[in-house]
Amino acid sequence: METVANKNLIKGGEFLIKDVTPEEIFTPEEFTEEQRMLIQACKDFLEKEVYPKVEELDEAKDTSLMVSLLDKAGELGLLGAGVPEEYGGMGMDFNSTMLITEYLGAGHSFAVAFSAHTGIGTLPIQYYGNEEQKKKYLPKLASGEWKAAYCLTEPDSGSDANSGKTKATLSEDGKYYIINGQKMWITNGGFADVYIVFAKIDDDKNLSAFIVEKDFGGITMNPPEKKMGIKGSDTRQIFFNDCKVPVENLLSERENGFKIAVNILNIGRIKLAAAAIGASKAALSHAIRYANERKQFGRPISSFGAIKHKIAESAVKIFASEAATYRAGQNIEDAIKMYKEAGMSDSEAKLESLKQFAIECAMMKVHGSEVLDYVVDEAVQIYGGMGYSAESPVERAYRDARINRIFEGTNEINRLLTVDMILRRAMKGELDVMGPAMAVAKELMAIPDFGAEADTSLFAAELKAVKNFKKAILMVAGAAAQKLGKGLGEEQEIIMNVADMLIETYVTESVLLRVLKMAQKQGEEATALYQDLARVYLYDAVDVIQKAAREAITAFAEGDELRVMLLGLKRFTKLEPFNVKAARRRIADYLIEKNEYAF
Amino acid sequence: MKILVCITHVPDTTTKIKFTPDNKQLDKNGVQFVIGPYDDYALSRAIDLKNELGASVTILNVGTAETEPTIRKALALGADDAIRIDAEPTDSYFVAQQIAAVAKQNNYDLILMGRESIDFNGGVVHGIVGEMLGIPALSPVMKLDIEGNVAKMAREIEGGKEYLEAELPLVLGCQEPIAEWKIPNMRGIMSARTKPLQVLPPFAEDVLTETDSFELPPPRKECKLIDPDNVEELIDLLQNEAKVL
Ligand SMILES: Cc1cc2nc3c(=O)[nH]c(=O)nc-3n(C[C@H](O)[C@H](O)[C@H](O)COP(=O)(O)OP(=O)(O)OC[C@H]3O[C@@H](n4cnc5c(N)ncnc54)[C@H](O)[C@@H]3O)c2cc1C
Ligand SMILES: Cc1cc2nc3c(=O)[nH]c(=O)nc-3n(C[C@H](O)[C@H](O)[C@H](O)COP(=O)(O)OP(=O)(O)OC[C@H]3O[C@@H](n4cnc5c(N)ncnc54)[C@H](O)[C@@H]3O)c2cc1C
Repeated sequence: METVANKNLIKGGEFLIKDVTPEEIFTPEEFTEEQRMLIQACKDFLEKEVYPKVEELDEAKDTSLMVSLLDKAGELGLLGAGVPEEYGGMGMDFNSTMLITEYLGAGHSFAVAFSAHTGIGTLPIQYYGNEEQKKKYLPKLASGEWKAAYCLTEPDSGSDANSGKTKATLSEDGKYYIINGQKMWITNGGFADVYIVFAKIDDDKNLSAFIVEKDFGGITMNPPEKKMGIKGSDTRQIFFNDCKVPVENLLSERENGFKIAVNILNIGRIKLAAAAIGASKAALSHAIRYANERKQFGRPISSFGAIKHKIAESAVKIFASEAATYRAGQNIEDAIKMYKEAGMSDSEAKLESLKQFAIECAMMKVHGSEVLDYVVDEAVQIYGGMGYSAESPVERAYRDARINRIFEGTNEINRLLTVDMILRRAMKGELDVMGPAMAVAKELMAIPDFGAEADTSLFAAELKAVKNFKKAILMVAGAAAQKLGKGLGEEQEIIMNVADMLIETYVTESVLLRVLKMAQKQGEEATALYQDLARVYLYDAVDVIQKAAREAITAFAEGDELRVMLLGLKRFTKLEPFNVKAARRRIADYLIEKNEYAF
Repeated sequence: MKILVCITHVPDTTTKIKFTPDNKQLDKNGVQFVIGPYDDYALSRAIDLKNELGASVTILNVGTAETEPTIRKALALGADDAIRIDAEPTDSYFVAQQIAAVAKQNNYDLILMGRESIDFNGGVVHGIVGEMLGIPALSPVMKLDIEGNVAKMAREIEGGKEYLEAELPLVLGCQEPIAEWKIPNMRGIMSARTKPLQVLPPFAEDVLTETDSFELPPPRKECKLIDPDNVEELIDLLQNEAKVL
């Protein structure tokens, strides 16, 4: 580990204390020709196989249609994209699998079934399986011959995942674990051939994970749940009654299940961000096309400023979320490479990298799912009454989007995790926040420095603002941790505030760096519209950051201390005036001309 | 069996077409290019024949380097190799000359094309190539089966269908439903980059036509909707405004 840590690798969470240059981040503009082909193949797949059947899927009485769609995805190799070649997959790099998830993410119920199979269904075996388990299961899962589901949640154990009651006991002959218990909300539950089941062996404190085949016996299930959205995705309660699982099907070690669940969810989270971006782009494109076609008061509604605002604001959020998601995706990819060079196996390296960037995964899950909900909400609004009709595509998009803030860890849990992980790493000294936090404390007491000459190069002022946001976070989080100590855990509102500041800062920095990198390659003039996108994001973000910080500070400080911090906050969130209305119009006008999301 | 599939590199069918200020060229800014839809059907049938009969499939495009992503896509769909004639495809005769020259050197059993390009919609290249090679050229072919040395085909004709047989070699212009369009699989995409793509200089430079200028069709006029109960207004408008009654 030491040798790896010594290399100059960007670490997870480090964005908070480190200035990053455009060269150090990956941007979606850099996708290869091959990756662009991949994108097109996914779009074609939705166009040809999924979109003509979305309604039928939602109304299906049985699971055969979903199964046939997954089979078709399997034939194209989409299910095995991330599985190593020696186990029948394509061995694609991390960001390519993210791209597949993104572009299939616009596939409504199908997207959820796809993600559950390739993500939480397949990955536990890929990352934690032993050689026999991988040889036995991965080729079938990669081809789609077998479908997978992930059984963690129980009626009394949702967010508190380690509290499950499902039990596993060793049979008398020592050959089987006998599993008993009830699982709930299991995606692909009705047709899966393989279930990853989490259960506690005897009176263990922690979960263990098992690979359970449908034919092991003792598995029964309820009919599919009736849901608000993703109605075509099969979600069920599953009952295990004396289900006999051969001992060799224990995944990893006894009591390692919670760790597996957490680490697999890390990947699920950043992939969910990608899927949300895909769904957002599709919903916004629908809305733009509708706005161009629909006329009121003798003009297309897309010519109204209020509608332009919605189009531009949606685009800004999507573009920024994408910048941050693929930045993190590439960080993970680079870390995988580095860990492998240091001698780790493929799956060890992937796990270690995802652990390293768990903070970014949690942040992007929250951001992506909330951007999606913003976009589908405004899309319904742009459609007006038609948006409320079950015949419009955005009505489905609106309902289908909502689940994303709930599963793969609710957004509250992910916000808590984001801050918790940062504080833990700071405490352990893995993330050196002490130095920077002290510097901020000193700066608060010092007279503001007006003398420095302003750097007028592109985004110099904007990146300085981001630097200041980081100071604001260090100020707020540092003071909160100091004042409240262990009591901070009970002050979740403050933690949510800090999480919002972290997320907005990370995304703002990412979008600025993305556009700066574009400008360095294509020139400032050619990227003017992209600069608008980044600036509007920055000006939106500063409001969120300011509000969150003010609420937090006033919740735990008073008197002089409060005043000093509020003054500091004012300084750290100061921006030159910028006409966001005009910028949004430029963005909207471009998209209206393109008749779709086109960044 | 050796199959040559000729593909065009054309703007996606949903693209809004604009021209350069002098109206002499397509403004390619922001335009997404794809394999010509009819060519795509030809290619799909070729890939099916490859799987059924073990044929080899070569892609041919007359175009500049910017067409290579489109050629790679054809390779990803399952073609074995590709040839690009490095020239602007300035007119149908010029393109046909290039295709014929490649065909003469390689003895293909089948030369499959689209029924027509979708940028300039000439629908003539297959005919010219057939003439240049002295072999039959048929279009639009909607069904194609190969039995031994004979092609069995169905062709759309005015008011009906024509079933016909011909001995190979042949030049065919294809259209749906000759095959189902295909999505490249992941393995295909990953191997496309390593498949051979030969770039050749043009064989002859006879360009027989030159574009003076292009003109967009006039924008569609406003459409008026009249309440079905209001027949009088309709008649009034048809008489006095549209002046058709
Ligand atoms: C359509 C669908 C598909 C699903 N698919 C799967 C699947 O395939 N496999 C699987 O295992 N699970 C699956 N789930 C379950 C999903 O992961 C859980 O619903 C989710 O983790 C939340 O758990 P819960 O429903 O018990 O909510 P709860 O945990 O009861 O949460 C209720 C509310 O309380 C909040 N809350 C809970 N604890 C805290 C806390 N400590 N601090 C602050 N707020 C808190 C939550 O954020 C939430 O707002 C699925 C769920 C749905 C709806
Ligand atoms: C940059 C550019 C500039 C052009 N400038 C002119 C111009 O100035 N004047 C003009 O008349 N046309 C011009 N063209 C159009 C071009 O010449 C036609 O696409 C080509 O000549 C085919 O003509 P067509 O429409 O008759 O093809 P069709 O006869 O309709 O095509 C039938 C089939 O022939 C094959 N085929 C056609 N073209 C090619 C090709 N290039 N490579 C491989 N196979 C092919 C395909 O299978 C196609 O489906 C230009 C095209 C480009 C891309």
